[in-house]
Amino acid sequence: MIELRGIDKAFGAVHANRDVSLSVRAGSIHGIVGENGAGKSTLMGILYGYYRPDRGEILVRGRAVVLRSAQDALAAGIGMVHQHFMLVEPFTVLDNVVLGVEGGFRLGPGLARARAELERLGRAYHLEVDPDARVMDLGVGQRQRVEILKALSRGADVLILDEPTAVLTPQEADHLFQILRALRSQGKTVLLITHKLREIAEVTDVVTVMRAGRVVATQPTVETTPERLAELMVGRTVALRVDMTPSHPAEPVLEVADLVVTDGLGVERVKGVSFAVRAGEIVGIAGVAGNGQSELLEALAGIRPVTSGRVRWKGRDLAETGPRTPRRWRRLGLSHVPEDRHRLGLVLPLSGQESAILGYHGDPAYNGPVRLHWAAVAAAWRRQVAEYDIRPGDGRLPTSAFSGGNQQKIVLARELDRHPDLLLIGQPTRGVDIGAIEFIHRRLVALRDAGKAVLLVSVELDEILSLADRILVMHDGRLVGDLPRAAATERALGLMMAGLPEPSARAVHAAALAGTEPA
Amino acid sequence: MSEAPLIAALLAAATVRGAAPLVLAALGGLFAERSGIVDIGLEGKMLASAFAAAATAAVTGSAWAGVAAGVAAAVALALAHGFACITHHGNQVVSGMALNITVSGLTAVLGNAWFQQGGQTPLLGGGGRFAPIQLPGASALAAVPGLGLLYREVVSGHNVLVYAAAAAVPVVAWLVARTRFGLRLRAVGESPGAVDTAGISVAGLRYRALVAGGVLCGLSGAYLSIAHNAAFIRDMSAGKGYLALAALIFGQWRPLPTLGACLLFAFADVAQTRLQGTPLPGVGVVPVQLVQALPYVLTVALLGGFVGRAVAPRAIGVPYVKER
Amino acid sequence: MSPAWPTRARWRQLAPALLPALNLTLALALSAVVILVVGEHPLRALRLLATGAFGSAEALGYTLYYATNFVFTGLAVAVAFHAGLFNIGAEGQASIAGLGVALLCLGAGGWPTPLVVVAAILVAGAFGAGWAFVPAWLQARRGSHVVITTIMFNFIASAVMTHLLVNVLIKPGQQSPETREFDANTWLPQLHEVARGLGVDIGRSPLNLSALVALAAGALVWCYLWHTRWGYELRVLGHNEAAAVYGGIAPARVVIVAMSISGALAGLVSLNEVMGVQHRLLMNFAGGAGYVGIAVALMGRNHPAGIGLAAILFGALYQGGTELSFDMPALTRDMVVVIQGLIILVCGALEHALRRPLEALVGRAPAAERA
Repeated sequence: MIELRGIDKAFGAVHANRDVSLSVRAGSIHGIVGENGAGKSTLMGILYGYYRPDRGEILVRGRAVVLRSAQDALAAGIGMVHQHFMLVEPFTVLDNVVLGVEGGFRLGPGLARARAELERLGRAYHLEVDPDARVMDLGVGQRQRVEILKALSRGADVLILDEPTAVLTPQEADHLFQILRALRSQGKTVLLITHKLREIAEVTDVVTVMRAGRVVATQPTVETTPERLAELMVGRTVALRVDMTPSHPAEPVLEVADLVVTDGLGVERVKGVSFAVRAGEIVGIAGVAGNGQSELLEALAGIRPVTSGRVRWKGRDLAETGPRTPRRWRRLGLSHVPEDRHRLGLVLPLSGQESAILGYHGDPAYNGPVRLHWAAVAAAWRRQVAEYDIRPGDGRLPTSAFSGGNQQKIVLARELDRHPDLLLIGQPTRGVDIGAIEFIHRRLVALRDAGKAVLLVSVELDEILSLADRILVMHDGRLVGDLPRAAATERALGLMMAGLPEPSARAVHAAALAGTEPA
Repeated sequence: MSEAPLIAALLAAATVRGAAPLVLAALGGLFAERSGIVDIGLEGKMLASAFAAAATAAVTGSAWAGVAAGVAAAVALALAHGFACITHHGNQVVSGMALNITVSGLTAVLGNAWFQQGGQTPLLGGGGRFAPIQLPGASALAAVPGLGLLYREVVSGHNVLVYAAAAAVPVVAWLVARTRFGLRLRAVGESPGAVDTAGISVAGLRYRALVAGGVLCGLSGAYLSIAHNAAFIRDMSAGKGYLALAALIFGQWRPLPTLGACLLFAFADVAQTRLQGTPLPGVGVVPVQLVQALPYVLTVALLGGFVGRAVAPRAIGVPYVKER
Repeated sequence: MSPAWPTRARWRQLAPALLPALNLTLALALSAVVILVVGEHPLRALRLLATGAFGSAEALGYTLYYATNFVFTGLAVAVAFHAGLFNIGAEGQASIAGLGVALLCLGAGGWPTPLVVVAAILVAGAFGAGWAFVPAWLQARRGSHVVITTIMFNFIASAVMTHLLVNVLIKPGQQSPETREFDANTWLPQLHEVARGLGVDIGRSPLNLSALVALAAGALVWCYLWHTRWGYELRVLGHNEAAAVYGGIAPARVVIVAMSISGALAGLVSLNEVMGVQHRLLMNFAGGAGYVGIAVALMGRNHPAGIGLAAILFGALYQGGTELSFDMPALTRDMVVVIQGLIILVCGALEHALRRPLEALVGRAPAAERA
């Protein structure tokens, strides 16, 4: 049905796809697995006309095609279900489906046709959605169905789904698989991109494993095992491990009880979470992106309102003693390295040293009664440059001129410089080069060895496994696991993160829970 | 006692006439803003069109040629706005203000250079102006109490552009709600990404919205100079473009509520004229100059009081840049 | 080939200065088209304009007198811009401040001049800030956009001023709506008088002490924006609101403070016009300076030094434009408004249009590429 031959694509220095060749049989569900950054999304972007490959060719039904835009892809019968849904939220389902294929100047006839088509598709593929419901009122799973309906109603024979379950509950994911099977039975071809092995085992016929931009294997699913796939995904090289002495946790620094966080749209993202972080330990929160970790972190940092629940700082309830603001948190000794440094942690158009004082710009060390002493800021900057090996060392360059790793070091240096009692840190090594990753990991361990507490949120299991003393697993806004690192394996965590602990995992989980003293 | 209905009818008629340019401009702005482009340049487009219409009508003696010129001027400005904001991702408010200021100077310079009347255009007469139209049946209905008066004073006797404004409301409402153009217009203002992935050109759609807005703005400006008045006067739009924009925001970017807001502003203006010199109970005579500020104060009060929660088109003001 | 040819690196250093120059050239080229349309010769007009603005010490004095206004309004617009706000209300803020200054001067008959000057600076700032505070508060707390409310406040200010001048403050027995002339002790010292006192003749012009206030204001704004923590907060907010919240900055408070400072700066225009030149309160004494401020700020890239230069340019346009209209009656002072609008368009809305080709020509700094 679809054949890719020798696809090569580089973004600057990043070689996202190297000589990728792939053949997808019509009427099959073809899985593509790989770690984050293995090049899956780039490949799918090429198939949907987002990116042009530097080399190689694409064949659809045996004919070479050039895909310059989404329109070309649609014309070739390729439809895409984006990870971030491309829907018009105030529109009804029907309006969304008809957008772009209205079939005439007046909407009436087109809408009537689409309504009939939706009904037919709904029956054929278990895709029932109320055509008159507004998308903004629909849950994530329903929205995804709308995306699928959009693609199908445009006559797509090939459906690409990019990490479709990243935002779904297990029940919704099961329903999705049912839909995919129904699609296959009607002769449609499905390309499923994921990094979750359970999904591969459950629905795919053939699986392709990608690593570092290359295809490392393509096999019928029945001939593989999750263990074998995991090995192929990760490769022989074992992930970076940091030398760590056993931790000696002391008294709790942060205690969270029944914390609920609701987002701006009124959706509960954190659904009653309780845990503690003690001095001298790194607590890692593992989970698939979008399961409430980000909201939890931002709420703890004081930049997102808490709906209910208690937060205690060194044994005292914080809400009783003052406002929940980042300014007060910093004074108390709570630092925050945000997940998205471009959105929150830095001000890209400002200079590096200006970004390096964000949040601490009122510090008496930098300020006279009126003046902000740039000499003092520059001195602190030079010290941090030396200590954290920030390059280039010129603090007057705009923050945007630093590489991802160095930007992250600027944030880290700023937040660690005051020796916080608790560091909240999200995705510490996202978009960071290998050398900087190791450096950042060592700094975090050093902080913990100095008797400080660290709460680490990461979607990189490797990172959690190599850094955390204790691992919490978050799924759908709840903590579904709490286990010491010694008891954790990638497989067990992966299954918990998927929210469907299999018997073996459940056993591991139970053992893990039994092994930890209650927090 | 017997005069009250007549006064009410006259007030209503004046409100209709005052609302017409606001409605045309606000509906023009509706196209732009629903597509995601802030249209603070309504003022400039009105003014440019008013000048172009009056100048052309003065030279050709034809009101229709004047309207055509007014529309052309407003569309040209809309395209300039699009060039800055859509093609070059410029700041939409800055671009709109730049055009407003340029037009304010340009109409004065050109008017002065061409007609040597201190920036005014020659007084129009005869075919250069749109005259009131007496609708058929006014005399037949005259005998009917109430209805006759209403028909004669409020419904009949306006110029063609007033009727155009009245017709524009249902037409725009229909276009926006029931046609392909409207669906795509609403979509691109909310989620340009969805429009783009559906294989529709975001830029093309927004340009078309700006042009449609320019046409209506052109009618609005022409109304000022060759229908309501008989010449172009310097800065004769006098903030009406901004009021139209406020009416659009207050009307939540929907045609019918926007019409309501325009009527409200127009009524405030009519009331303002009536109030001059009339003592108010408890307050006494409010000075003319303060009463004249009524529409502006009303705007601030309405925007501050109610629009805090108004939901603007989500993508408004944000240039669409494809990722990577 | 030639060793004197600047390297690409040298060009890159020049680029920030090159861009405003290119923008100005483009805006003037567009203006030349307008001049051709009304049947005059652009280059001759330019020559007349330059002579009118800089041809004599007196002309220069007038140019700087106009520039003083534009420094104030340019700074006002720039401070708001740095906080991510577009203050179109400088015109109204200036006229309301003029009211405050006039009331002070009318009542300060016997006061020593230095005291009047200090009090006037405070009053002008306070009235201007007060007029900007309401739109700022409405934006920060009620979410109504500052652009529309400041425009409305310009109209309201104009109505208020007309009412007061026609009905309340008007000099009894007089037709034109203006106050009586202030007592001489409240007049700002004219710089040509000061210079004559020092034995230098700089020709008669309305240039007065407020020009020095403008210089001081520019320096203070520079210090505030780049050398205090409050200015830092303001700039962070203007660039990235989410990062500001992360950094413990309260956006609503900064919005209100920034707009108040902006209004205070705009208010200082009244010092120059009301106390320095007219010595009475007139209608529309600000004469469009509030709108010129937008062009000046954009052209001066929101930096006090750039604003100073841009203000002089616009002062020259105003002064030269007045002279020009004697020789070329077709070119009224409104031509300056056209140029002003075109400069806002080119420097503000079309800033990316010229930057990209320029950067492509000069070669981008490699580090500036997206990481």
